[in-house]
Order: sequence, then structure tokens, then C-alpha cells
Amino acid sequence: MSTLLEMSGVSVSFDGFKAINNLSFQIGEPEMRAIIGPNGAGKTTFMDIITGKTRPDEGRVIFGEKSMSLLGMSESQIARAGVGRKFQKPTVFEAQTVRENFALALKNPRSPFDVLLHRKTPAGADRIEALAEQVGLSDQLPRMAGELSHGQKQWLEIGMLLAQDPRLLLVDEPAAGMTPAEREKTTDILVAAAQKHAVVVVEHDMEFVRRLNCKVTVLNEGSVLAEGSLDHVTNNPDVIDVYLGR
Amino acid sequence: MTKALSKTFLIRHPSTLWVLASLGLFTLIVSVLSEAAGTGLISTSFVKTLGKTLCLCLIAIAMDVVWGYCGILSLGHFAFFGIGGYAIGMWLMYARTEAIVAQNLSANLIPPTDSEISDAIATQIFGVVGASEFPAIWAFSHSLTLQLLMVLLVPGLLALVFGWLAFRSRVTGVYLSILTQAMTLALALYLFQNDSGLRGNNGLSGLQNIPGFEATSQAVISLAFFWASALALALGYLLFAWVTAGKMGSVIRAIRDDEARVRFLGYQVESYKLFVFTLTAVVSGIAGALYYPQAGIINPAEIAPIASIYLAVWVAIGGRGKLYGAIIGAVFVSLLSSYFTGGSAPDINLGFYVIKWTDWWLVLLGLSFVAVTLLFPGGIASLFDKLARKQ
Repeated sequence: MSTLLEMSGVSVSFDGFKAINNLSFQIGEPEMRAIIGPNGAGKTTFMDIITGKTRPDEGRVIFGEKSMSLLGMSESQIARAGVGRKFQKPTVFEAQTVRENFALALKNPRSPFDVLLHRKTPAGADRIEALAEQVGLSDQLPRMAGELSHGQKQWLEIGMLLAQDPRLLLVDEPAAGMTPAEREKTTDILVAAAQKHAVVVVEHDMEFVRRLNCKVTVLNEGSVLAEGSLDHVTNNPDVIDVYLGR
Repeated sequence: MTKALSKTFLIRHPSTLWVLASLGLFTLIVSVLSEAAGTGLISTSFVKTLGKTLCLCLIAIAMDVVWGYCGILSLGHFAFFGIGGYAIGMWLMYARTEAIVAQNLSANLIPPTDSEISDAIATQIFGVVGASEFPAIWAFSHSLTLQLLMVLLVPGLLALVFGWLAFRSRVTGVYLSILTQAMTLALALYLFQNDSGLRGNNGLSGLQNIPGFEATSQAVISLAFFWASALALALGYLLFAWVTAGKMGSVIRAIRDDEARVRFLGYQVESYKLFVFTLTAVVSGIAGALYYPQAGIINPAEIAPIASIYLAVWVAIGGRGKLYGAIIGAVFVSLLSSYFTGGSAPDINLGFYVIKWTDWWLVLLGLSFVAVTLLFPGGIASLFDKLARKQ
């Protein structure tokens, strides 16, 4: 397992409020990691920094074998480098069909020229069918994404994340609003992805985190409070104090 | 290969086929009924009005692509239209004045030198603004080829630079609209100045007289321009139908609906916006270059901010996000506008007040804009879609 992403000494503040405070974090490839923490611990800001949405005030964020810094890169460059993100609130393109949504996410050249001259290929169609099958949307491909139920949109978004074939998957509260059976399926998909790639899951639901069976990082007030197995961190007195005990 | 491709493209997009067939039929009918064909049921001036309307349709579909598909509410596309008109107008004025000057000077016993000819042309063109020398921007005006190139290059480069600055700074929504208004206003104000080099508020005139075709009647010239406008509209429609279909269409509609999400998928949103903005600006320039020889005159008032707002109104009334919607809007509103403002609409006498349509047309247009936006957000085109779905 080699290190894929390394953050060190990262801080960011909004109007004087330190959302992230001297945070250091690393994840290898392949690896599964769960991130837990109370509201306002900086989980979403953490993802915003990696994906280029928020620029940190200080610190380093290094990605890949060539140790490229993600800090000077735009959101789209970071995405093309291999960082995929699933948002907490499902954001799919509602005015387009499920198939078009998948096609947009599918790993292909992204420049306007390539896209303009893009021709549909049987390989691409097969890939979309396979992804739709995997997330249970095979029957829904011709439908408008806006007509899907909330749960189906969640699945579409997970499918789109997989379609990008990223090396690092950032997944924000995947289990929110899902039935127990769906949660199990989500777990399976994420565990399968973590066989090859790095997966970071932000989740509130302890049962879900337990099923992921991976190393856990606890964030609090913008920095790492504890790290280790779920049992290890849940027995840590600091963690009990700030988070679980309340 | 290309033929097979375009065939399947048209079959997969039946609305494109319908539009092109209607346009062809319309062109045929107008040609047969025009004065040039001898029947004269349609007057030459009305052929010009129809030809100009086709040019307005062309800029309307460009506006629809940039606004309806890509979500950039540009309120400055008429600037590109006007630039196209000025670019072709410069050659038209130069070449015609040159012919007149050559004729006048040919009576002289001593043959005039080149600089005398040049000075005489300049005096003729710029005398009206008190100048007698060619400004630098007229350097290419002697060459039709170069000025045609300007029709494409000047709107394209202006859009490229403006778009690059605006999109790179992530200016979006209403702020971008205001910026585009500022651009077209600044351009209009600049052109209003006498020392702008484009004859200030006089603009360029006599553009209906095509150099080299002095012997040809306006009836024939007007029909030729009508055909050229119809061809340009057909090609423009095909181009935009192709761009908005397939994956490019999918990406630009996605940018319209949620551009941040598109970025996280790895697409460089700014490049796509710049591509759409520049392409539509170039097409607008072509539309203007075909429009103004039919109008005969261009002046800075043509690119005042209000013109670009009208353009948005046409597209909104016709139906955003559908190319044929933009055409419906442009035809419907511009022909209705020439009916009401042309003085042929009868005044309505209410006893205590007389409604004069020349004054009240704008109120009617404004009200219908509000009504369409509130009641039929899909515009007139959505009524067609409803009919098609019922069948």
C-alpha cells in the first residue's frame, strides 16, 4: 500500500473561525477510511480542500506518485487527476436522462474539442449498462433523472462516481435516507471499490461505519482527535468526551 | 461517410428536418412571388424585410444556444451583430465611393495620382464628420476578402477576450448579464463619437448599393440577399443542432443547470462557456453582415443595449432551449413589431383616449413578455410540443 494522498499542517479559517486547524491526514491506495466527528468538526471543509473548492490558508496537500500539489489546481484539474466526490445531497442533472448522466461521468477525454467530436461507442454503452446494473438502475436509463426518487438519485450519484473511475473516492454520508438493505448494498459497493482504490467515507451512522470494517479518523474542531480501529477510537476518553458521550 | 452521417443526424433530429424543409419551402414561395420573378406579389421592400427577419432568426438561435442551452444570459450579442454589419459596411462604402470618385476624376485632363484618389474617397466618406483622412481601422476596407474575414475575426476575438476575462473570474448570472450590457453600451457610445473612425452617429449608409452590381435592380439584389440569408440560417441551424446534440449538448446543458457539479466531474467549465460564447458571437457577426446590406444603413443606435434585450425577449417568448423556439420568437415578434410600429395598425379610439400602436406596442410587448414568462415558461414552442405529444 503506497500513500496516495497526504495532507500536512493544513489550516483554513472563515471570518476568523478556524474550520480546519493544523490538520494532517494520509491515505494509501488501496485503502478504506471512515471519517467521523460531531457537526462542525470540519468534515465537509476537509473534502472541499481536497477537491479544490476551498483553498487552505496554509499547509500542503500532495497527491499521487509524482507528489503533485493539489493546492494550485482547479476543481476540474483535480477531478481529472483522479479525485471523485459524492455530495451529501444528491446532485444529478435532473433535466437529463439517467443514461446521459452516466455518459457525462464516464471516464473519457474532457476537453471541449474531444467532447464535440465524441462518438458513442459500444464499449461506452456496455460500461453504462454495467454501472446501471451495479447500482440497480438498469430499468431507469431512459428516464429523466429528475423523475427518480431520492434513493435512486443517491444510487445514480454513486454510479456516476464509479463511472469516473477515480483513484480517490470521497463519499459524503452515503447512507443518509437509505433502507437497511440499501445500506448493505452501498457498503458492498464501497468495499469493492476499496479493493483497488482509496475510499474516504464521511458518515454519522456508527452501524454503517462498523460494517465498513476499516480504520477510522475522528475529527474535532478541525483537527484529528484520534485514529485507529473503530473499537480503539470509541474507547478513547477524548472521543467519548467530545462526541459519543454527549 | 459525411452524407450517411448527416442523413442519420437529420433522422434522429426530426425537428431540424422540419425547420429546414419549411425554410426551403418558404424561400421557394417568396422567390416565386417576388418582383424579381416577375409576379411581384411580394414587393421588393417586403422581400428585404423577410430577408432581414431571417438574419434576426440566425442571431436568435445563436442567443438560444448561449442562453437557453448554456445558461449564459448575454445581453450583448447585438454588439457582435453590429460589428459584423460595420465590417461589411466599410467595404461597401469604400468600394462604392471609389467608383464614384473615379468617375468624377476621370473628367480631369491630368490623371489623378493614387493619393489624390484616396484623399477624395476619404473626403467623400468622412466629410460628414469633418475629417478627410482614413482612420487606421479602414486599412483593409479596399478588400472584400479581408473585410469578410473581419466579419468573423472581430466579433470572435472580442468575444474571446471578453469571455476569457469574465468566465475566468467566474462571473455568472445577473452580474455577467450586466457586464455584457456594459460591453455593448461602451461600444455604442464609442461609435457615437465622430472621431471613432466610423462616422459617428451618421453610421454607414448606402449599403444596399452593391459595388459591381450597379446595373442590377434592387429587386434582384434583394432576392439574392434573401437567399443568402436563408442559406446562412439553414447552415447556422445545422451547426447549432449538431453542437447542442450529443455529448457537447449534454455538457453545456449540465453547465446551465449546475456548473459547480460539472467541474467536479472534471470538465473545465470556462473553456466550454468560452467556446459557446465565441462561436455564437461569430455567427451573430455573420447575421449582421447579411442584415445591414438589406437594411441599407447601420448606425450606433443599432447596438444600443436595448437591442440585445429585445433579442432575449424574442428567445424567451419563442421558447428557450429549443432552436426552433428561437426562430418562432424572432419571426413572430419582429414581424408583429414592424406591423405595429409601421403605422399600418389601426388606432383604437376609446372615446376619452386614442391608443396609438406606435406608442403602445412596447407596452404590449412588455406585457406579453411578462405573461409568457409567468404562464408559459417554455414559450410558444412549448405549445407545439403539447400538440405533438397529443397526437
